[in-house]
Amino acid sequence: MAETPGLLTPEIRQWVGRSDTPQRLEVTRRDIVKYAIATQQRLEKYLQGDEAPPMFLFNAHQLLVQIEALRPDGLTPDPLLPDLPLKRVMAGGIKNTYHRPIKPGDVLVLTRTLTDIYEKQGRTGPLIFVVYGVRVETEDGELVMEETRRRIFR
Amino acid sequence: MPTLSTVTVGTRLEERTHEPSMVSLFLYNAVIWNPHRIHFDESYTTQVEKHPGIVIDGPLQGDWLSQVVTAWLGDDGDLVELEYSNRRACYLGETLRAGGEVTAVDETGGTVTLEIYIKNADDQVIAPGRAVVRLPA
Repeated sequence: MAETPGLLTPEIRQWVGRSDTPQRLEVTRRDIVKYAIATQQRLEKYLQGDEAPPMFLFNAHQLLVQIEALRPDGLTPDPLLPDLPLKRVMAGGIKNTYHRPIKPGDVLVLTRTLTDIYEKQGRTGPLIFVVYGVRVETEDGELVMEETRRRIFR
Repeated sequence: MPTLSTVTVGTRLEERTHEPSMVSLFLYNAVIWNPHRIHFDESYTTQVEKHPGIVIDGPLQGDWLSQVVTAWLGDDGDLVELEYSNRRACYLGETLRAGGEVTAVDETGGTVTLEIYIKNADDQVIAPGRAVVRLPA
Protein backbone atom coordinates (compact mmCIF):
# COMPACT_ATOMS: atom_id res chain seq x y z
CA MET A 1 0.00 0.00 0.00
CA ALA A 2 1.48 3.34 -1.05
CA GLU A 3 1.26 6.69 0.67
CA THR A 4 -1.46 8.90 -0.77
CA PRO A 5 -0.65 12.35 0.54
CA GLY A 6 -3.42 14.87 0.69
CA LEU A 7 -6.07 13.75 3.15
CA LEU A 8 -4.20 14.78 6.26
CA THR A 9 -3.68 18.50 6.65
CA PRO A 10 -1.05 20.02 8.96
CA GLU A 11 -3.96 21.05 11.22
CA ILE A 12 -5.01 17.42 11.60
CA ARG A 13 -1.43 16.25 12.23
CA GLN A 14 -1.09 18.84 15.00
CA TRP A 15 -3.38 16.70 17.14
CA VAL A 16 -0.67 14.02 17.45
CA GLY A 17 0.84 14.03 20.92
CA ARG A 18 -2.28 15.06 22.81
CA SER A 19 -3.52 13.04 25.78
CA ASP A 20 -6.96 13.01 27.32
CA THR A 21 -8.01 13.10 30.94
CA PRO A 22 -6.81 9.94 32.73
CA GLN A 23 -9.69 7.55 33.43
CA ARG A 24 -9.96 5.85 36.82
CA LEU A 25 -11.24 2.29 36.69
CA GLU A 26 -12.29 0.11 39.62
CA VAL A 27 -12.00 -3.54 38.57
CA THR A 28 -14.76 -5.78 39.94
CA ARG A 29 -15.11 -9.55 39.87
CA ARG A 30 -18.54 -9.17 38.29
CA ASP A 31 -17.15 -7.17 35.36
CA ILE A 32 -14.42 -9.76 34.79
CA VAL A 33 -17.00 -12.60 34.83
CA LYS A 34 -19.22 -10.72 32.35
CA TYR A 35 -16.26 -10.24 30.04
CA ALA A 36 -15.24 -13.89 30.41
CA ILE A 37 -18.75 -15.10 29.54
CA ALA A 38 -19.12 -12.75 26.56
CA THR A 39 -15.79 -13.91 25.12
CA GLN A 40 -16.37 -17.61 25.95
CA GLN A 41 -13.24 -17.99 28.03
CA ARG A 42 -12.33 -21.50 29.17
CA LEU A 43 -9.88 -21.01 32.04
CA GLU A 44 -11.53 -21.12 35.46
CA LYS A 45 -9.49 -18.17 36.77
CA TYR A 46 -11.21 -15.97 34.17
CA LEU A 47 -14.69 -17.53 34.43
CA GLN A 48 -14.58 -17.18 38.24
CA GLY A 49 -13.32 -13.59 37.94
CA ASP A 50 -10.09 -14.28 39.87
CA GLU A 51 -8.04 -12.63 37.11
CA ALA A 52 -8.89 -10.52 34.06
CA PRO A 53 -8.32 -12.03 30.59
CA PRO A 54 -5.60 -10.27 28.52
CA MET A 55 -8.01 -8.21 26.38
CA PHE A 56 -10.26 -7.20 29.31
CA LEU A 57 -9.27 -3.54 29.20
CA PHE A 58 -10.02 -3.04 25.51
CA ASN A 59 -12.03 0.21 25.23
CA ALA A 60 -11.86 0.78 28.99
CA HIS A 61 -10.44 4.30 28.51
CA GLN A 62 -13.49 5.33 26.50
CA LEU A 63 -15.36 8.35 27.83
CA LEU A 64 -18.91 7.66 28.97
CA VAL A 65 -21.25 10.14 27.31
CA GLN A 66 -25.02 10.54 27.10
CA ILE A 67 -26.83 8.70 24.29
CA GLU A 68 -27.70 12.02 22.62
CA ALA A 69 -23.96 12.76 22.31
CA LEU A 70 -23.13 9.58 20.33
CA ARG A 71 -22.23 9.87 16.62
CA PRO A 72 -24.78 8.87 13.97
CA ASP A 73 -22.91 5.55 13.58
CA GLY A 74 -23.31 4.92 17.32
CA LEU A 75 -19.68 5.51 18.26
CA THR A 76 -18.57 7.77 21.08
CA PRO A 77 -17.04 11.00 19.76
CA ASP A 78 -13.28 10.95 20.30
CA PRO A 79 -11.99 14.07 22.04
CA LEU A 80 -8.45 13.24 20.83
CA LEU A 81 -9.41 13.53 17.14
CA PRO A 82 -10.30 16.48 14.91
CA ASP A 83 -12.95 16.07 12.22
CA LEU A 84 -11.37 13.61 9.73
CA PRO A 85 -12.20 13.56 5.98
CA LEU A 86 -13.07 9.82 6.20
CA LYS A 87 -15.85 8.78 8.57
CA ARG A 88 -16.28 5.01 8.67
CA VAL A 89 -14.36 3.34 11.46
CA MET A 90 -12.87 -0.16 11.63
CA ALA A 91 -10.65 -1.80 14.24
CA GLY A 92 -7.03 -2.08 13.11
CA GLY A 93 -5.28 -4.11 15.78
CA ILE A 94 -3.32 -3.75 18.98
CA LYS A 95 -0.02 -4.41 20.64
CA ASN A 96 -0.16 -5.02 24.37
CA THR A 97 2.69 -5.43 26.83
CA TYR A 98 1.70 -6.97 30.17
CA HIS A 99 3.55 -6.20 33.38
CA ARG A 100 1.31 -7.85 35.95
CA PRO A 101 -2.13 -9.54 36.09
CA ILE A 102 -5.28 -7.51 36.74
CA LYS A 103 -7.40 -8.74 39.65
CA PRO A 104 -10.69 -7.77 41.30
CA GLY A 105 -10.21 -4.78 43.59
CA ASP A 106 -7.50 -3.21 41.46
CA VAL A 107 -7.93 0.51 40.96
CA LEU A 108 -6.34 1.47 37.66
CA VAL A 109 -5.57 4.76 35.97
CA LEU A 110 -5.67 4.73 32.16
CA THR A 111 -4.01 7.50 30.17
CA ARG A 112 -4.47 7.62 26.41
CA THR A 113 -2.29 9.56 23.97
CA LEU A 114 -2.75 10.06 20.24
CA THR A 115 0.64 8.88 18.96
CA ASP A 116 0.28 8.92 15.16
CA ILE A 117 -2.03 9.64 12.21
CA TYR A 118 -1.07 8.44 8.72
CA GLU A 119 -2.73 7.52 5.46
CA LYS A 120 -2.43 4.60 3.07
CA GLN A 121 -4.07 3.40 -0.09
CA GLY A 122 -6.16 0.32 0.71
CA ARG A 123 -7.79 -2.27 -1.55
CA THR A 124 -10.99 -0.24 -1.78
CA GLY A 125 -9.70 3.32 -1.45
CA PRO A 126 -7.78 5.64 0.86
CA LEU A 127 -7.47 4.81 4.55
CA ILE A 128 -6.50 6.91 7.55
CA PHE A 129 -4.76 5.05 10.39
CA VAL A 130 -5.04 6.55 13.86
CA VAL A 131 -2.70 5.19 16.55
CA TYR A 132 -3.15 5.57 20.30
CA GLY A 133 -1.01 4.57 23.23
CA VAL A 134 -2.78 3.66 26.46
CA ARG A 135 -0.77 3.45 29.66
CA VAL A 136 -2.36 1.53 32.52
CA GLU A 137 -1.03 2.08 36.02
CA THR A 138 -2.20 1.55 39.57
CA GLU A 139 -3.05 4.63 41.60
CA ASP A 140 0.42 4.28 43.17
CA GLY A 141 2.03 4.53 39.74
CA GLU A 142 2.92 0.84 39.24
CA LEU A 143 2.88 0.03 35.51
CA VAL A 144 0.31 -2.68 34.77
CA MET A 145 -0.04 -2.72 30.98
CA GLU A 146 0.77 -0.71 27.87
CA GLU A 147 -1.49 -0.81 24.84
CA THR A 148 -0.91 0.47 21.32
CA ARG A 149 -4.16 0.52 19.38
CA ARG A 150 -4.90 1.30 15.71
CA ARG A 151 -8.22 2.44 14.29
CA ILE A 152 -8.84 2.69 10.58
CA PHE A 153 -11.02 5.36 8.96
CA ARG A 154 -12.21 4.60 5.45
CA MET B 1 1.37 -27.60 30.51
CA PRO B 2 4.23 -26.32 28.33
CA THR B 3 7.65 -25.77 29.84
CA LEU B 4 10.83 -24.34 28.34
CA SER B 5 12.37 -27.79 28.08
CA THR B 6 9.39 -29.45 26.34
CA VAL B 7 8.56 -26.75 23.79
CA THR B 8 10.28 -26.66 20.41
CA VAL B 9 9.99 -24.48 17.34
CA GLY B 10 7.10 -25.80 15.29
CA THR B 11 5.02 -26.92 18.29
CA ARG B 12 1.41 -26.27 17.25
CA LEU B 13 -1.24 -24.86 19.55
CA GLU B 14 -4.70 -26.39 19.51
CA GLU B 15 -7.07 -24.74 17.06
CA ARG B 16 -10.46 -23.55 18.26
CA THR B 17 -13.49 -22.78 16.11
CA HIS B 18 -15.55 -19.65 16.75
CA GLU B 19 -19.00 -19.06 15.39
CA PRO B 20 -20.35 -15.97 17.11
CA SER B 21 -24.12 -15.55 17.36
CA MET B 22 -26.17 -12.35 17.50
CA VAL B 23 -26.44 -12.91 21.26
CA SER B 24 -22.71 -13.47 21.85
CA LEU B 25 -21.86 -10.41 19.74
CA PHE B 26 -24.42 -8.35 21.64
CA LEU B 27 -22.93 -9.40 24.98
CA TYR B 28 -19.39 -8.64 23.80
CA ASN B 29 -20.31 -5.17 22.60
CA ALA B 30 -22.28 -4.51 25.78
CA VAL B 31 -19.39 -5.56 27.99
CA ILE B 32 -16.85 -3.35 26.17
CA TRP B 33 -19.48 -0.55 25.94
CA ASN B 34 -19.35 -0.38 22.15
CA PRO B 35 -22.49 1.12 20.57
CA HIS B 36 -21.11 1.01 16.98
CA ARG B 37 -24.15 0.11 14.86
CA ILE B 38 -22.20 -2.19 12.48
CA HIS B 39 -22.33 -4.81 15.24
CA PHE B 40 -26.12 -4.99 15.73
CA ASP B 41 -28.07 -2.84 13.23
CA GLU B 42 -28.18 -4.86 10.01
CA SER B 43 -29.98 -2.37 7.76
CA TYR B 44 -27.64 0.45 8.82
CA THR B 45 -24.60 -1.82 8.40
CA THR B 46 -25.47 -2.94 4.87
CA GLN B 47 -27.12 0.22 3.54
CA VAL B 48 -25.04 3.00 5.09
CA GLU B 49 -21.61 1.45 5.78
CA LYS B 50 -21.96 -1.00 2.84
CA HIS B 51 -20.83 -4.12 4.65
CA PRO B 52 -22.27 -7.44 3.47
CA GLY B 53 -23.51 -8.21 7.00
CA ILE B 54 -23.16 -7.58 10.73
CA VAL B 55 -19.46 -7.08 11.45
CA ILE B 56 -17.64 -9.32 13.96
CA ASP B 57 -15.55 -7.01 16.16
CA GLY B 58 -11.82 -6.84 15.45
CA PRO B 59 -10.90 -6.86 19.17
CA LEU B 60 -13.10 -9.93 19.73
CA GLN B 61 -10.84 -11.70 17.23
CA GLY B 62 -7.94 -10.29 19.25
CA ASP B 63 -9.45 -11.90 22.33
CA TRP B 64 -9.70 -15.25 20.55
CA LEU B 65 -6.02 -14.90 19.64
CA SER B 66 -5.19 -14.29 23.31
CA GLN B 67 -7.21 -17.40 24.21
CA VAL B 68 -5.16 -19.59 21.87
CA VAL B 69 -2.21 -18.61 24.03
CA THR B 70 -3.83 -18.64 27.49
CA ALA B 71 -5.49 -22.02 26.85
CA TRP B 72 -2.07 -23.40 25.98
CA LEU B 73 -0.38 -21.79 29.01
CA GLY B 74 -3.03 -22.89 31.51
CA ASP B 75 -2.28 -21.53 34.97
CA ASP B 76 1.50 -21.67 34.49
CA GLY B 77 3.45 -19.23 32.37
CA ASP B 78 2.67 -15.61 31.64
CA LEU B 79 1.61 -13.72 28.56
CA VAL B 80 4.13 -10.89 28.14
CA GLU B 81 3.22 -9.44 24.74
CA LEU B 82 0.25 -9.78 22.42
CA GLU B 83 -0.11 -8.11 19.04
CA TYR B 84 -2.33 -8.60 16.02
CA SER B 85 -3.66 -6.80 12.96
CA ASN B 86 -7.24 -6.91 11.70
CA ARG B 87 -6.48 -7.33 7.98
CA ARG B 88 -9.82 -8.43 6.60
CA ALA B 89 -13.36 -8.04 7.97
CA CYS B 90 -15.59 -10.98 8.86
CA TYR B 91 -19.32 -11.16 9.33
CA LEU B 92 -22.00 -12.79 11.46
CA GLY B 93 -22.63 -16.30 10.13
CA GLU B 94 -18.97 -16.99 9.34
CA THR B 95 -17.04 -19.72 11.09
CA LEU B 96 -13.52 -18.68 12.11
CA ARG B 97 -10.60 -20.68 13.42
CA ALA B 98 -7.97 -19.49 15.89
CA GLY B 99 -4.62 -21.22 16.24
CA GLY B 100 -0.88 -20.78 16.48
CA GLU B 101 2.60 -22.21 16.44
CA VAL B 102 5.88 -21.75 18.34
CA THR B 103 8.36 -19.77 16.22
CA ALA B 104 11.20 -19.17 18.69
CA VAL B 105 12.42 -20.50 22.04
CA ASP B 106 14.80 -18.36 24.11
CA GLU B 107 16.02 -20.66 26.87
CA THR B 108 18.29 -18.10 28.51
CA GLY B 109 15.59 -15.42 28.57
CA GLY B 110 12.91 -17.96 29.49
CA THR B 111 10.55 -16.79 26.76
CA VAL B 112 8.82 -18.34 23.78
CA THR B 113 7.49 -16.51 20.71
CA LEU B 114 4.34 -17.68 18.98
CA GLU B 115 2.76 -16.88 15.65
CA ILE B 116 -1.03 -16.82 16.02
CA TYR B 117 -3.82 -16.43 13.51
CA ILE B 118 -7.54 -16.17 12.83
CA LYS B 119 -8.53 -17.91 9.58
CA ASN B 120 -11.83 -17.79 7.73
CA ALA B 121 -13.59 -20.69 5.99
CA ASP B 122 -11.51 -20.03 2.84
CA ASP B 123 -8.36 -20.58 4.92
CA GLN B 124 -7.36 -16.91 4.57
CA VAL B 125 -5.56 -15.42 7.56
CA ILE B 126 -7.79 -12.45 8.43
CA ALA B 127 -6.00 -11.51 11.66
CA PRO B 128 -2.32 -12.46 11.99
CA GLY B 129 -0.66 -11.97 15.34
CA ARG B 130 2.28 -12.68 17.56
CA ALA B 131 2.67 -13.40 21.25
CA VAL B 132 5.58 -13.65 23.67
CA VAL B 133 5.17 -15.80 26.77
CA ARG B 134 7.32 -16.58 29.76
CA LEU B 135 7.42 -20.30 30.56
CA PRO B 136 8.56 -22.24 33.61
CA ALA B 137 11.83 -24.16 33.14
